[in-house]
Amino acid sequence: MTLLDHVPSEAQLRRSAYRRRQTVYSVLVAASSTAALGTLLVIAVTGAPGWDRVRRSFLDPEIARDALPTVLSGLWLNVRLLVCCAVGALLLGLVIAVLRTLRGPVFFPVRALAAGYTYTFRGLPLIIVLYLLTLGVPGLRLQGMPPVLVLGGIALVLTYGGYLAEVFRAGIESVHSSQLAAARSLGLTYRQTMRHVVLPQAVRRVAPPLLNDVVALQKDVGLVSLAGPIDAVRAAQIATAQTFNYTPYVVAGVLFVLLAIPLIAVTDWVTLRAAHRQSGG
Amino acid sequence: MALLRCRGLRKEFGGHAVLDHLDLTVAEHQVVALIGASGSGKSTLLRCVNLLEELDDGTIELDGEDISDPRVDPDRVRRRIGMVFQAYNLFPHLSVLDNITLAPRHVHRRGRAAAEVQARELLDRVGLGAKADAYPDRLSGGQQQRVAIVRALANSPRLMLLDEVTSALDPELVGEVLTMIRDLKADGMTMVLATHEMGFAREVADEVCFLDAGRVIESGPPEQVLGEPTQPRTRQFLRRIIEAGRL
Repeated sequence: MTLLDHVPSEAQLRRSAYRRRQTVYSVLVAASSTAALGTLLVIAVTGAPGWDRVRRSFLDPEIARDALPTVLSGLWLNVRLLVCCAVGALLLGLVIAVLRTLRGPVFFPVRALAAGYTYTFRGLPLIIVLYLLTLGVPGLRLQGMPPVLVLGGIALVLTYGGYLAEVFRAGIESVHSSQLAAARSLGLTYRQTMRHVVLPQAVRRVAPPLLNDVVALQKDVGLVSLAGPIDAVRAAQIATAQTFNYTPYVVAGVLFVLLAIPLIAVTDWVTLRAAHRQSGG
Repeated sequence: MALLRCRGLRKEFGGHAVLDHLDLTVAEHQVVALIGASGSGKSTLLRCVNLLEELDDGTIELDGEDISDPRVDPDRVRRRIGMVFQAYNLFPHLSVLDNITLAPRHVHRRGRAAAEVQARELLDRVGLGAKADAYPDRLSGGQQQRVAIVRALANSPRLMLLDEVTSALDPELVGEVLTMIRDLKADGMTMVLATHEMGFAREVADEVCFLDAGRVIESGPPEQVLGEPTQPRTRQFLRRIIEAGRL
């Protein structure tokens, strides 16, 4: 940026003209290489010997139209479950991470439990947790058993809470000890220091990886369908079984990607902003 | 009467004694400058007085109370002591005003409005009134350090500990921070400051203590310690400082 009253020198004018030419050249190169690669891909796929059969069984527009309503209503379940489980897992992760930082002998059992929890649920495959909760727990025949959907949600929260707890913990540990020293020397208690100094900085720093885990969670919420509830993938499977055509799966896949795009965009934006803040000084 | 009395302080890090039977007495309204090479124990001493480090031996009395007793609540002690760090240590996610009002609001349970009035008053007095709503990273080093001093003062401390508060500053920014400390002395604040600014120590301190290997090996009025040191270690240290053009 040059100021308005600045008259650029001869050399600067030459440099600017050169850079402009370079920009035009790069855009042309990018456009032609994209076009060439695109053409090549289209020819390779449509020219394949089995392309007609694949197109009929995976990309049938009529079947896609018929399957869309049921897949969409399944997706609505995914969305609702995602929102509830994301909030639950974030809260659980934060609580576990804070518990793991507590010092003093009184808190030993709390610390041990929290550590045991993150070890167990990060190691345990989600599907096993799902089966244990949705099939095992109802088997106890207790009074007031929540519906299978809630149990499945709990399984998701438990599993993802373990991952998110570790992300939160990394954030807490990334806050420099001089910040703690400054807060404590002002007379703030350990709890006040966590609440007002450490956690706000930690959460801001780990927001991008947290959101990344939420994007992963979005795909895994569909696994509750293993226990009965019909989500988008399960709805697509049912439609496929009726028509012997795989197009509903493709519909579900496209919908999942569309659902993920805003979440991923937010993640990228938060990451960019964090990076900017770090270097902006 | 002595406001602060340290007796026989010992602090070890990894089998090495950073403080070794150190004695220090600071009277009310007195300014004591700690000088000495890096690693002589100046910072550790200040951190021990503020109970940020656990002592390995010795006692510290503040206003006649033994604050090195493990039964003493350290949070209650720290409320009476203000500490300023070499690297400012402002909270980057809080505005200048929130940095200053954090302790008054949450430690002293003053209302937000009252705390902010006091904070703005303090900021105005040091010429930073216009920066109240800025974030620390928008401030120069000198301004950040002055905010850090104001933050410590907002607690109305009995004693201020200043740990090389000008060491991280560009030379042309040192003056504004030193002016502030001079004003604090004029107001009668009791201070212990670790410093490499010998000229400033001579001007503002009532007593200069030369630390070497975790002990005070020479102390007295600045003219004496800095002018006619009796210990060979002090002479050697001052000779190097003079060679470096810092006195």
